Amino acid sequence: MSEREIAISVKDIHKNFILPQHKNTSLKQAAVNIVRKNNVTTQKVLDGVSFDVYKGEFFGIVGRNGSGKSTLLKLIAGVYTPASGSIEMNGGLTPFIELGVGFNQELSGRDNVFLNGALLGYTRKQMEAMYDEIVEFAEIEEHMDKKLKNYSSGMQVRLAFSIAIKAKNDILIFDEVLAVGDEAFQKKCMAVFREYRKNKQTVILVTHSMENVTTLCSRALMLEDGKIVATGDVRKVAAAYQKSNLPLDSTTDEKMSKNAKQKMINISGNNKAYKMGETMKITMGWPSSEKVAWAGVAISGVNGEYVFGTNTGVVKIKGNSISYDVDLNLGPGDYYLTAAIKDLDDNLIESYEKIATFSVYSDYDPRIGGLTRMKYKYATSEKS
Amino acid sequence: MRYLHSRNRAILSEMVRTDFKVRYQGSVLGYLWAILKPLFIFAVLYILFVYIAPIGKDIPHFGISLLLGIVLWNFFSETTMIGATSIVAHGDLIRKISIPRYLVVVASSVSAMINLSLSMVVVIIFAFLNGVYPSVSWLLIPIVIFEFYIFSLGLAFGLSALYVKFRDITYIWEVFLQAGFYASMVLIPMQAVPEKYRDWFFINPVVQILQDARALLIPTADNITIWNTVESLTIRLAPFILITLICVFGFYYFKSRSKYFAEEV
Repeated sequence: MSEREIAISVKDIHKNFILPQHKNTSLKQAAVNIVRKNNVTTQKVLDGVSFDVYKGEFFGIVGRNGSGKSTLLKLIAGVYTPASGSIEMNGGLTPFIELGVGFNQELSGRDNVFLNGALLGYTRKQMEAMYDEIVEFAEIEEHMDKKLKNYSSGMQVRLAFSIAIKAKNDILIFDEVLAVGDEAFQKKCMAVFREYRKNKQTVILVTHSMENVTTLCSRALMLEDGKIVATGDVRKVAAAYQKSNLPLDSTTDEKMSKNAKQKMINISGNNKAYKMGETMKITMGWPSSEKVAWAGVAISGVNGEYVFGTNTGVVKIKGNSISYDVDLNLGPGDYYLTAAIKDLDDNLIESYEKIATFSVYSDYDPRIGGLTRMKYKYATSEKS
Repeated sequence: MRYLHSRNRAILSEMVRTDFKVRYQGSVLGYLWAILKPLFIFAVLYILFVYIAPIGKDIPHFGISLLLGIVLWNFFSETTMIGATSIVAHGDLIRKISIPRYLVVVASSVSAMINLSLSMVVVIIFAFLNGVYPSVSWLLIPIVIFEFYIFSLGLAFGLSALYVKFRDITYIWEVFLQAGFYASMVLIPMQAVPEKYRDWFFINPVVQILQDARALLIPTADNITIWNTVESLTIRLAPFILITLICVFGFYYFKSRSKYFAEEV
């Protein structure tokens, strides 16, 4: 392996947050707590994290919510101080924990450009030189003298991002910035990131999107409960991340079944997590007192996209339950079930959205993406 | 190092600019209020002390002395009060970017300093109208103001770091300021204090500063300052020792707490 220069070296970082039972933000509380020896709980957010990022690397950090990603990023950015361990930095760093830091709603777009620029390390002179380019990239020339509070959220994000990409520093760190903005904006972001990758800019990116990790990053690590559980090859890390997402969040699961109990329709599957392509058995039941003649069930994605639905149609059904077998030709992820019943006169008796949830998993395959798994093949040819 | 320096200066100047623009937004008279506010307070008190309860009737240029006192006191209460809340008010910044924390407090004090400079122009105009003419002693006024600035800043640092943990601080400080306004002889001329008690008043740094500033602005014979009143060396040094202690403690406490601001704010 060739000798590569290290950009950031993180060594055995520990970070705890102290969570008092009652946050003592008043003197009275503080006095009470001294006497009572307030039983504080410390939460280990990061527990012995070590890794190196080399110069010219596009480094990804993934992990579920609460795994310590953002804390790690804030430690690297110098916002937090580690409880123990060290972070060595070789070169200047510009952190984008969030786009548009310091944006003031009462100021004009123009003033905000200079304010945000200063916070990112630019003098007024440098900002004046870049100003026109920033405004042009954001495509909001005619709004620059308006107050920021009169901007749409999309315009604000565009402005913030346009300032951000002007930042030139040895190391850039981004936290979930790709998750904001509309599709057109996200495309623009991706183009900028690809450019970074091409130019061997050192970047650390925190993201939930495995697609971004596999297409952009050269290496990645995955955090779970403050520890590194996978590191190195992006595919390996992406696969580990998808596996960790399998068991549904137990709290929402409990809530779901509790909700379902109180409802007229009850629904249950044979499983909570299914392998891609597996058959899911759904059983839907309702009180015998209801004259149900029609039943329908639908599957939707976590963002509300309607994936699949079926109903009994004009055939009048009898009984107080129905069961379906559905082949899950679905991409990995979490899904919701929606259920509805109608009476003899085709009037809706009851319907529930998101009455239950399930998830689909698969071995990670970077060649395939999307909500559904369609049959496909491809052929290459050379046109003369 | 040079990079850091220019970077911090840029942040400071943008924060002060923002503060100034935002503060007077939506008001018709805008920046003028920075001057009008102390003028109105002055007008009320002047009428009170010259016509209704005439304590200051026999003191030469009492009005100017009163106006200077109000302007300086305003600066003190603004620097300490806005400074105290500055870290929490900029929590958004503190949590997301690692700019030096002291910049936030300094920025709020610079705004107050600009207000003071504007007000001082008004004081000088009134001084002229009142028959007080420039003298060499005026050259020393900036030194006294500098002393006052350092004192206020030291307090602001300590208070702002305390305020992150204890939100009661601003209420307590408000009461302090209310009491301090009277104890610091902003209104009541020093002449009204019996001679045997005057020493005790001068332990308060604000009294020393206000009386010195007044004596420098209006250099007449009957000024009462720490220098011509207090004989004990200990009491003469007391306000300066107090300022040093408060500043050292304030800066040190701020510095030791500042690395936790991002988590606690």
